[in-house]
Parts: sequence; C-alpha cells; structure tokens
Amino acid sequence: MVLFSLLFALPGGCAGAVSAAALEGAASGVRLSLSLAGTLCLWSGLVKVMEQARLDRKLARLLSPLLRRLFPQAGKDEQTMGRICANVSANLLGLGNAATPLGIEAVRRMKGGADTASNELCRLVVMNTASIQLLPTTVAALRGTAGAASPFDILPAVWVTSLCSVSAGLAAAFLFQRIWRM
Amino acid sequence: MAELLIPLFMVGVSVAALSQKQDVYSALLDGGRDGLRILLSIVPALVMLLAAVHMLRASGAINALSALLAPLFRLFGIPPETAPLVLIRPISGSAALAVGTDLITAYGPDSQIGRTAAVMLGSTETTFYTISVYFGANRIRKTRYAIPAALVADFTGFLVAAWTVRLFMG
Repeated sequence: MVLFSLLFALPGGCAGAVSAAALEGAASGVRLSLSLAGTLCLWSGLVKVMEQARLDRKLARLLSPLLRRLFPQAGKDEQTMGRICANVSANLLGLGNAATPLGIEAVRRMKGGADTASNELCRLVVMNTASIQLLPTTVAALRGTAGAASPFDILPAVWVTSLCSVSAGLAAAFLFQRIWRM
Repeated sequence: MAELLIPLFMVGVSVAALSQKQDVYSALLDGGRDGLRILLSIVPALVMLLAAVHMLRASGAINALSALLAPLFRLFGIPPETAPLVLIRPISGSAALAVGTDLITAYGPDSQIGRTAAVMLGSTETTFYTISVYFGANRIRKTRYAIPAALVADFTGFLVAAWTVRLFMG
C-alpha cells in the first residue's frame, strides 16, 4: 500500500503531502483507538453480563427450531446442533470471541473424517461470513467519535441489509448445491 | 425507537443477570478488561493501516481507484467513494475499519457516503478470514462453493447497504 501510494504520488508531485499524511494517519490511528476504547470497554462489560445471565443460551434455545430446518443432517446429533445454535446466537449478540470456537467445534463434528465441505457445512460457514450482529457497536462508536447526531440511527438499515445478505448467501448456497458436481 | 434501544438493552441485560443472582458490577469490570485487551492487540495494526490509508488518499490513489470503478458502482446505485471499502472488506477486518474510518471522517458521519460506509461495515464480515479459520482449523481442503456463496452474501450486503441508506435516510 505504501509503495503504491509513493509510486502514485511521484508523477503528480505531491510526495510532500504523502509524507505528511503518513504522520497524520498514524496520529489518527491512536485517536481512533482511544475513542474506541470507551465503547469497547463498556460493551465488553455488558457482553460479560449477558453471558452470566445466560442470555446466549436462551436465544440459542429460541433459534433451535429454525436452525434444525437449515441443518437437518447435523440435527440428528444433539451436541452438534447445540454448538450450531450457540454459534449463531453468539454471533447475533456480538460475542465474536465465543462464536468462533463454537463454530469450529461444530464444523469438526459435522465433517466427520472427510476433507470436503458438505452442503450443510457450506451453509454454516456462509452464515458466519455474513455478519448477523444485532448491535454493531464498533461502527456506532466510530460514528459517535466522528460527531454523528445519533450514532445508532443506522440500525434499521443494518438489520435489513444483514437479513438480505444472509438470505442471499443461503439462497446462493442452495442454488450452487445443485450445480456443483464434486 | 433506536434511541431508546441501547439504554433499554442495558437495563434488560442487568435485570436478567440480577434475577439469576449474578454479580453484575464485577462482571462488567471483568468484561471491560477483556475489551481493553482486545483493543490493545489491534492498536498497532490500526495505526499502521490508517497511516497507509492516509498516504493512499493524499497520493490520489484512492480517488483514482474510485473514479476507475465509478461507472460500475453507479450502475448498481452504490456511491463510488465506497469502492476502497468494498474491495478491502472481505479480506482484512482492521484495514476495512481503517478505510471506513477514513470515509466516515472525510465525508461526515451523517452524510450519505458516511452512512453507507457504516452500514457496509456493520452488516458484512471478513469473509476470507472467517472461511480460512473455520476450514483451516478443521483441515477441510475442498471448500466447494463456500467462497462463491459467501461472496454473493457480501455483494448483496454492499448493494442493499447503499439502497437502505437512501431509503431510510433520504
């Protein structure tokens, strides 16, 4: 990236601006980190309280009937299904650190001995790559720092967008499942 | 409604924890420490990447890239200024954060571009990283259609982000 910006700047004769921008950018990195610190600290605290209140497990139980339809094969094994439900509910609540190990564990149980991704495995991974977080706090913190009037007013747009992208991803997975011969 | 959501959520979570006879305050502090630890681990990356992004912007490379992709983006109704974010988002989480910050501060958080960037960041994931973690940790080599399907989800996310921002916020 640095080399590219230098190559780009030289013919235009604005190398001085580029070197100033490097220092300015570094400073703004620290400013950004400091302003994110408050929100991240507060939110991680709330996340811990959510875990203690077992809200993630309650949500997992709520989601289980829906997820059972998406993963009928995995649903035959209670343990695997439990991991999938926990993974999805952790993602919804924004417990990224909890979601990843649960997801990896679910994938391990689903794949058996094979080194090929099954249809259900692809679906689970697609659900994890399309963010379904209900409260995107980092982005809200970013907007708050930049002086947004109401940092959370993007929520409806984020929800509609997340819902559309997850549905599109799953629809694509179902479609590819028919045409992929391997 | 959205203004009330966060305070209500905080109260709800606390009440739920109290009803289970949990020590809410020490859990808050405990979690807060975790949060700061995570932040500390990404600070160096954020500083380096923001320096690089600022250099790219000052050199005119970002504007050139946006201009290059503008016809394609306009075709789909996505603001062409968000091109760098769209390209980097599936590959690197902290780089996307840096580019998103740059867009939000450069155009203003309540501008259409700033909002579109925020919604894009909030409703997509670091696709390639996630796929490599889930499949890599389990030694799955044949990923079949997982990557194309995930990219369909990402692309839909970028598209709908631009549309919803226009729809909800004029």
